[in-house]
This record gives sequence, C-alpha cells and structure tokens, in this order.
Amino acid sequence: MALEINQTESETVTTEPKFGGKAVMLEEHIVEIISDSGEGAQKCGQSFGAIAARMGFGVWTVEIIPAEIRPPARSVAGASGNRIRIGSKRITNGGNETDLVVAFNEQVLLGRVRSKELKPGCTILLESMWRTSSNPRFAKSYVETYDQLVAAGYRVYEIPMDKECRKVVSDPRKGKNMFALGVLCGIYSLDLKVARQQIALTFSKKSDEVIKSNVNLLEAGYRYAEEHIDIKYSIPAVKSTENQIVVNGNTALALGVLASGMEICAMYPITPATSASHYLSDVFEKVGGIVHQAEDEIAACTFAIGASYAGKCTVTITSGPGYSLKQEAIGLAVMGEIPLVVVNVMRGGPSTGQPTKTEQGDLMTTIFGSHGDAPKVVIAPGTIEDCFYSVITARKIAETFNMVVVILSDANLATSQQPFRRPVFSEEWMAPPIDQSAVPKGAKPYDWDPKTGLARRFVPGQPNGMHTLTGLAHDVNSHVAYDPEINQQGMRARSLKLATLQKTLRPPTVFGDPTGDLLVIGWGSSKGAIEEAVEGLRAEGKKVSALHLTFIQPLPPGIREILAGFKQHITIENNWCDQWEDEMIDETNRRYSALALLLRSRYLVDIDCWSECRGTPLKPNTVRRVILEKLS
Amino acid sequence: MTEQTETISASECLIRMYDEQHEIEDYQKGVPRWCSGCGDNSILTAVQRLCRDEGLLPEKTVFVSGIGCSSRLPHYMNTYGFHGIHGRALPVAEGVKLARPDLTVFVNTGDGDCCSIGAAHWIHAIRYNMDMTMMLHDNQIYGLTKMQASPTSPLGLKSNTTPHGTYLEALNPLTVTLGVSNVSFVAQVVDWIPEVMYQVLSQAYHHKGFSFVRIIQRCTEWLPKLLDPWLHDRQRVLLLHHENGLEISPALAKSYTKMREHDPSNMNEAREIASAFDPIPVGILYRNDDVPCYEDLRHDSRLRTNSLIQKGLESEFDKFTIWADGNEPA
Repeated sequence: MALEINQTESETVTTEPKFGGKAVMLEEHIVEIISDSGEGAQKCGQSFGAIAARMGFGVWTVEIIPAEIRPPARSVAGASGNRIRIGSKRITNGGNETDLVVAFNEQVLLGRVRSKELKPGCTILLESMWRTSSNPRFAKSYVETYDQLVAAGYRVYEIPMDKECRKVVSDPRKGKNMFALGVLCGIYSLDLKVARQQIALTFSKKSDEVIKSNVNLLEAGYRYAEEHIDIKYSIPAVKSTENQIVVNGNTALALGVLASGMEICAMYPITPATSASHYLSDVFEKVGGIVHQAEDEIAACTFAIGASYAGKCTVTITSGPGYSLKQEAIGLAVMGEIPLVVVNVMRGGPSTGQPTKTEQGDLMTTIFGSHGDAPKVVIAPGTIEDCFYSVITARKIAETFNMVVVILSDANLATSQQPFRRPVFSEEWMAPPIDQSAVPKGAKPYDWDPKTGLARRFVPGQPNGMHTLTGLAHDVNSHVAYDPEINQQGMRARSLKLATLQKTLRPPTVFGDPTGDLLVIGWGSSKGAIEEAVEGLRAEGKKVSALHLTFIQPLPPGIREILAGFKQHITIENNWCDQWEDEMIDETNRRYSALALLLRSRYLVDIDCWSECRGTPLKPNTVRRVILEKLS
Repeated sequence: MTEQTETISASECLIRMYDEQHEIEDYQKGVPRWCSGCGDNSILTAVQRLCRDEGLLPEKTVFVSGIGCSSRLPHYMNTYGFHGIHGRALPVAEGVKLARPDLTVFVNTGDGDCCSIGAAHWIHAIRYNMDMTMMLHDNQIYGLTKMQASPTSPLGLKSNTTPHGTYLEALNPLTVTLGVSNVSFVAQVVDWIPEVMYQVLSQAYHHKGFSFVRIIQRCTEWLPKLLDPWLHDRQRVLLLHHENGLEISPALAKSYTKMREHDPSNMNEAREIASAFDPIPVGILYRNDDVPCYEDLRHDSRLRTNSLIQKGLESEFDKFTIWADGNEPA
C-alpha cells in the first residue's frame, strides 16, 4: 500500500523516555484526535477544546466527519474526530497543517496523511494494540504503516492505550477517548481540575459512576503522559475578562432562532444543516417554539411560508440540494412579499456533491435563484458569533421589508467551535406581536410606497384586510393583473426594497490600511483565514489589506471607494473559478468565482479571483501563497 | 370562577346583530371567470352559503389553494386567501393552521394539483390531521393548461398528451386517502347534487380534523360528455346515509332512490364502497372524531412571552458559558 507522504529530514523518536525537562513554550498548536466512527474521538476533541477555552486559550475546533454513519472499522475513509487549534491569542480559523495527532488505529491516520492534513514530521501518538493483534492482517498493516511513517520523518509514539485503559475499566472501547484526553492534557499542561469539571459537564446526563470512571481514565492518561512521553508544551493563556460561550455555528444559528423571537422552524433533514435543527428541536419547545419536520424540502419551505403569512416570520433551514428544491417556493414568498428566513448551510455541490464537506458554491443560486426577477436579501456570517446575530438581523429585515432573507453559512462554520462574548439579551431582538388591529377601510394590501417600494402587510385576522395573496402578477389590491404597466409597477416595488435596505447599511471596514498594493476580498467562513494571512504578510511589510463582506445582496455602500485605494484586487473563495493555467481558458471564456463576478459587474473593476473546491476550509498558508503569487 | 357579563342597550344589541350577521354577499368578491357550467361555480356557491350559515368571520377565514382552475376559488371569496404554487396548497395551509389555530382554514385543490404534483403533501396532510376542510375539485382533466390527462382521468381518455387514449387505470383518491394512517374524514359528492354537497361540506367543516371531500365535477370545456351517463341516470348515483352520516331529505329520496345505509365509523365497509365508481357513491364514507390534530399535539398552553424566551435562552447560554474570573454562578 503506497503511503504517499512527504519525506522530511526530522529526527524520529521511537523509544519512550520519561519526561523530565522543562515544558516547551508555544504560541499555538494544532492537535487532532481521530478514530473509527463511534470510538469517541469527537467527544475527546470537543472536550479538549472546551478545557482549553475555559483556561483562556484561543480555540477553534473543527469536526472531522466521515461521509457514512458507520464506515467499516479501520478504514482510510472512515476517520472521525476533531481538529483543535489552540493558541495564546484569539483564533479565527482552523489554521494550517496539524502539529500533533492522536490516532486509534493506523488506517484512519493514513486518511489524514494522504489528504495532506498533517504537517511534515508532525508528532503522532498511535494506539499500539494492533502490533500484537490476533488478526495477522491488522498486525501486518500496522507494522508496515508504522515503519513507513517513521521512515518518512514523523515522530511516532506508540501508546498502549487499550492496555492502559484496562487497568482502569473493563471495556476500554468505552473510555479510550478520555484516556487520550488525559494524555493531551498532560502534554499541553492543561489544568486537571478544569478537565474534571468538563467531564462532569460532558456526561451531566449520565450517572455519577460513569463520570467517575471517565475521570479515572482522564487521570490515567495524564499520568501516562507525564511518565512516558518526552514532550511537554505550555501555551500561555490569557483568561478573558468577559463571559464567553463556546458553540459551533449550527448551535449558534439555532440559538439565534430562539433569540430572534421566531416561533416556527420548518425543516427537512439534510447534511450538514440538520444539527442546527437537532439542537433547536431540543430547546425551542422550552420557550414555546415548534420545529416542524416536513415531508420534503418543498413542504418545509411552503409550510414556513404559510406560517409566516399568517403569523410571525418563520425560518426554514437547509443545505444546497434542499435549497434548490425550495427555489420555486422562495419565488412565491418574494412575489407575495411574505417575510421568510432561509438558512442555507452550504456543502459541496453540484447535485449530491460532498455532503459533509464545506464549500461556498451557492452564492449565485441564492442571489439569482428562482425563475424571473426574484430580489431577496443574502447575508453570510463570517464567524461563529455572526451565525448567532445573523438570524436576529435576518428576521428583522424580513419583517421590516417583507422580504426573503437568506443566511449563507457553510459546513466549516457549522461544525467549528470558537468562543465569543456571551450575548446579552435584548428585548429588541424579539419579534413584535402580529398586528390584529383593523385595517383602515379602503387600505390596499400592496400599497407600494413609490420611493421605497415598501408596503404594509395585512395579516389574517385583521378586519378589513381581506385579500387573496397570489403568486400571479397582481396590482395594489392583490388582484390578478396582466396589465403591462401593473406588472412593471410590482417588479419595480419589489426591486426598490433592496435599494432601500442598502441605504441603511454601513460601509464595510477594511482590515489593514485603506490603501495599498493588493486588496483581498472574501465572504463567509473564510474571513479568519484571509485576515490571518493578511496580518502575517503586513507584519512582513507587504502592502496588502482584506475586505470581508457580510451583506452580499444588497452590497453595502462604500465599496467603490475602498476598491479605489488599491492597485490590485482579488477575491479568495471556496468555490469554483477557471484557472489561467488551463490551456482552454482565456479572457473570453474564464468563469470567475461568484463574488468576483458580482463585484466586477457592479464596479467595473478588473477584480481577479482565486478559489479552490477541495471540500476543506481555506488555510491561512494557502491564502498567503495566493497573495504572494499575486504580488509577484 | 365568575363569568363576566356586559350590559348593553337594546339598540346596541340590534347594531351588533347587524354587524355580526353576515349575508352571502359579505363573502362574495368579483365575478368568477370559470367557464359557464363549470362545477367550480357550484362549489363556490356551496362554500359561500356555508360561511354565511356558520357565521364565519371573513377576517378569520382563510382559503388556501394551489394552481389550476379550482385554485382560483379564493379570489372569489371576500375572506383571506392564499393562491400559492402548483401542488403546495396543503403545506401552506398547514403552516397557516400551525401558526394560527384560531383561523378557519379551507383548501381548494384539483386532481392535478393534489393527486399528481402535490401527491406527497396529500398523503402527509391526512397523517397530520390538522383541523381544516379540503375540497378536491376532481374534473379528471387538466383544464387551465388545456386538456392534458390527469391521474384521475379514466383509462383510455383521449387528451392532448394522450391522443391515443390514456394508458393507465385511473387513481382512486378515496381508496388512497382511506389507506393513510390517521385518516379522519372522507366524503365524496358530485357537483350536480348541490343539496348533498352543501350538507357534506357542512359536516366536513364541523369535523375536528382533516376533512377530505372529493367533489366529482364536470369540465364543460374539455370533457363535456364524460359524466353524462351518471348525470342522466339517477340509478348510477348511490346515496350513502346513516344517522351519523348524511340525512336524505324526502325530496332527494324521491329523485335518487338508490341508497345504502353506511356507518361512517366502519372502515372496512368504507374501503369497499370507495373502490366502486359505478354507481358513484355519494356521502360520508368515513369519520373518526378521535384522531388527534397535529396542531394540538404541537402547541402547549403557555403564553409565549419575551421573558419566557429570555429564560430559555439564558439557561442555554449557561450550558455553554466559560465564566470570567469571579463571574461563575454559585
């Protein structure tokens, strides 16, 4: 079996000396823990991230998810686990390659090696039980892989996790992850007291015995690291002076739904959006909310539309394929001017694409999707914190402008965790009660304001407001109308609302100097990676700045002025654009990335683009390389 | 508990009676643009009469429809209406009802809208059993798009998409509906017996749950002769009657002598009756008042106040909070 790994010169350590030296100080590190699905690496990684966050580290965790629920054990494609980036400073993205990895078998490790996620020469803590496996195939595969990894320059530590766990519990399969957590706590000098508290929290629904047994495993792992592993790191932590919460993007979205005062979420299961609905189903009912799992995506959207039409603004949560199915219904909400929030947690497309992987491929379909001219608002959170507040903003815009607001998150945000300031509840987040007062006699359901395009919404229950809302072209009375002037009038009003909203938006701020050689423009979850790369290059004297856009439809004012401050411009996105290197590609046929295409058409500036569709979040190093190439 | 009473003068009483008493005109809007003789006209008349007789508040009543000739009906009602997209009337209506259980909801849909493009929603609407009345305007043809075969078109029917006749046996909406879990009200009427249509719609309206009424109606434009054999031979209509179902007036009994006593609680018999088309069974095939409504299962009695939301939110935040030094609650 070919290993396909990067050869390096670094020294290898195969013995297991007891650690005696001083801890090595680090600014940051990237740690991975991977196992077969169901072995608990996810829980270990999340706990490790949470402990680090509680101690005041900057943290960004990313889930490593196989595409199948139960991929075969010990398979290269079956790696399940977590990637945790910890550092002294605030961490805004998943970072570059991994520095240290804990693997429960060599096969899942190979998967990570082959996808080039590990730093050359990185430290590997490998479960060694397979070396003496009674299955000769496993033993052979383990020995071969181990030898190749060592030859390739990785620092491989063999750890008898299974054996060590057996000293504490009878069934090591149900606790190896907490042993591994203890090992990591030992290596990274994390506070055992905080770790114990975290375990109590993680298993708060379980019995005291379960908690105690897991704490024992944690401590065993910690001791093992102290006694047998010759590496110890220390990352200076600065504890926040503010209360923070640690959640992933999907949980943040669900909390945002709660905080927005919406009452109904209609959804249909789809990866990677569903975890938001899982969490919402659990908590929404505590505050009287309802998650309705509809029979399909179209039903989820039309159900939400019906509920919005008769009550408060409603949300539907989906991902790409589901969004495609909802398009006709979204057009109906646009035409009928029904407030609606649609969350699209983007995954790789087209078609079924890469369900568990991240991509920013749906920008065009959300802005221009649905047949005919269907103006709607599109906002894209750039951080986990944004995921929370974006729903509150979306609900407000939807109800103020009677529009569809699409929130474009992605699998990267959905599964990543990052601490942010605990939100302080505000009554202003809440949706006002629905209007049931009588409508003045003679008032019209689509009394479009000629300047803003806005019209008051009549809600069923309001006396004198009776009308039939229709997806057909209609006049101010909501009467079906095929008159050319009337159709023109309705189209104009629906479009004007976007301009009206745009007038209320603040210009975006530039990250770095307002002038320079290159402006890197991005949107959505790539914010952290882009800004980190730009910050690093600026420290090296490069005249590069970054611009992150949260509102994409409408684009906020002030962008033209920002663009004018730079000699060159490039968007960096996680979607498709044609590469100049391809022989067939030239100026007359190159397909640009979504944001680049939008900006080029609006500002008539020759904005270049760079993008990739690898299914993984953009890495700061990749952005750095792209910027340096563009500058050279 | 004391009941609050209010004293009003006799003249005030009269004014209120006048205000709250609705005439049939109060529910009418515009002049229907259906073809003359179209069965939709008789359905419209029946529902307007029903609204008046039940004293439904126009502002608290919503007619939801999809796309097709049938789905124009809300435009001719002076209530709230929702004329949505093809096949999706039911999920829209379910959303309305879940958000606002206080509203009275009717759904008007056709054989193409319901049994073809919206078939998935139809199955699930039966299962949700939300309190609403659905009228399936079944004329066995696509009318608005000009004469294409529908799932309920009889075998061999020549249409613009089946010039040599349809290839498949017609779908039977009654047996389909009766086969779904949680079915709670199933009836069938024909557009040429208005008295029965009204009575069935009235019982459908009073039934708490999802009331499915299939209305066999004539399309005078595309299939003017299709139902003639049934229309002209009263022996080809089978009236279902029961003390818990339809009451047959003496006048009706004179015209339509073919009758069968059928207890609507008898599912097996309902399925047997539903399977036959000649004579056309007319009346209430099935009724079960004990099936829970989805909106009742999902709503709780608590008032959804901002402070309730805040409380829920803060307790969720607590779960995920890393407290700054000194802030940790005891």
